[in-house]
Amino acid sequence: MTRRYSALSLLKEGLAGQKGWEPAWRSPQPRKTYDVIIVGGGGHGLATAYYLAKNHGITDVAVLEKGWIGGGNTGRNTTVVRSNYYYPESVALYGLAHRLYENLSHELNYNVMFSQRGMVTLCHSAAEMEIAARIANAMQINGTDAELLSAEDVRRVLPIYNFAPEARFPVFGGIQQKRAGTARHDAVAWGYARAASRLGVDIIQNCEITNFVVEGGRCRGVETTRGTIRSDRVGMAVAGHSSVLAAKAGFRLPINSYALQACVSEPVKPILDTVVLSPGTGVYASQSDKGELVIGGGLDRVPSYGQRGNLPTLEGVIAGFLEMFPVFGQLRLMRQWAGIVDVVPDSSPIIGESPLSGLFLNCGWGTGGFKAIPAGGTLLAHLLASGKHHDISRPFDLDRFSSGRLLDEAAGSGIAH
Amino acid sequence: MQLFTCPFCGPRPETEFHYGGEHGNLRPDGADVGAERWADYLYMRSNPKGATREIWVHMTCGEFFAMERDTVTHKLASSSASGLAEQGE
Repeated sequence: MTRRYSALSLLKEGLAGQKGWEPAWRSPQPRKTYDVIIVGGGGHGLATAYYLAKNHGITDVAVLEKGWIGGGNTGRNTTVVRSNYYYPESVALYGLAHRLYENLSHELNYNVMFSQRGMVTLCHSAAEMEIAARIANAMQINGTDAELLSAEDVRRVLPIYNFAPEARFPVFGGIQQKRAGTARHDAVAWGYARAASRLGVDIIQNCEITNFVVEGGRCRGVETTRGTIRSDRVGMAVAGHSSVLAAKAGFRLPINSYALQACVSEPVKPILDTVVLSPGTGVYASQSDKGELVIGGGLDRVPSYGQRGNLPTLEGVIAGFLEMFPVFGQLRLMRQWAGIVDVVPDSSPIIGESPLSGLFLNCGWGTGGFKAIPAGGTLLAHLLASGKHHDISRPFDLDRFSSGRLLDEAAGSGIAH
Repeated sequence: MQLFTCPFCGPRPETEFHYGGEHGNLRPDGADVGAERWADYLYMRSNPKGATREIWVHMTCGEFFAMERDTVTHKLASSSASGLAEQGE
């Protein structure tokens, strides 16, 4: 059996008729008890399982997924990885994820195709340039990379942008994070699944949580569509449906669920070699390795659990995209979809023990959970293993909503949710 | 484009409306309200999957009203101006 992926194993298997490949992860029957149960088989849940096994030596772990792994927001995002946040707490969190992404393909022996093609956030007025200077300075002080670009710099990095004199959103400059980029989202889920499975984690798909087992005021396991599974430590990473599970556990969260749409064009030759975000149009775009233009925008404005998205938001995104890049006016759209995201009042995630003792939260990532997968997994694994916060996760505890120590990244770095 | 029903203006495009919060989230009263209760009022949400009752504002006429709809199918059940009395409006 071929276990390790390499050029040599590819050659050997090619000569041997490709008969030696084993499935990337096992699909065992669920057992009655585990040391740790993780609810949600997206990137965050699978990464949590992997880091529990790797960093803490806890391998008696089950990941329970109601559908198929990576089929929720992990498979629905626009694959951007960046750490251009404002507050030190946020940079520590997203910076950890960013650094882990840089070595992830090696670490998992699975090509997640992390391409550090850089990201440019545009400025459309002199006032925005002043705010951009403040954010770039803060990012540098907090130890992540950021450069302030002039209008001429942007013209060099993004020659196809609409620089016409009559352009609705003229460019005054921008912020560039060169270490930012894109990664193949499915591969992140599959890579973590394969690595976790090989360390002994059980990945159980088509297994939906119907309730929590609560005894003596503590979480003691979960009721599922495949029977009761007991554990004294349960983690949940179910973005979009966090409130639904919280209701089963008997508490509420500071979360509203909204649809976030994205779409891709037909594939074309390489033309856009960076990720670009225009706050003016509310649109961001990149070009996938297959050549498709990947286009995203802001949230739909109607609270929703419908993974479809509505037309007015899509029209606004496409209009903004064509205002930025009139050159794409003839492109056809291939697909449009939506994921349901956890929107939190201060646009920062929630990591920590829930009001139900023994149940730990990883939720509230808003529109930006994909980029944080390695950090979300590391920190939830730390909580599940030790029962205590990692220094990086402590500021993101649920208690910040009653203490008032919010981390308002909508105000800090201008993210739009 | 979905049509929402304003109880005053009738069916109008969804873009004319703005979400105003969950119905029945009442502001606590008095000087001795604790931090947990304030956090509950300000931040905690039921965020139901399925049938819900919400406050919306029709921005073109400026009126607030209660709307019942489904958060999965987006089907509307009712719009009423009367539901606001219990909100203390």
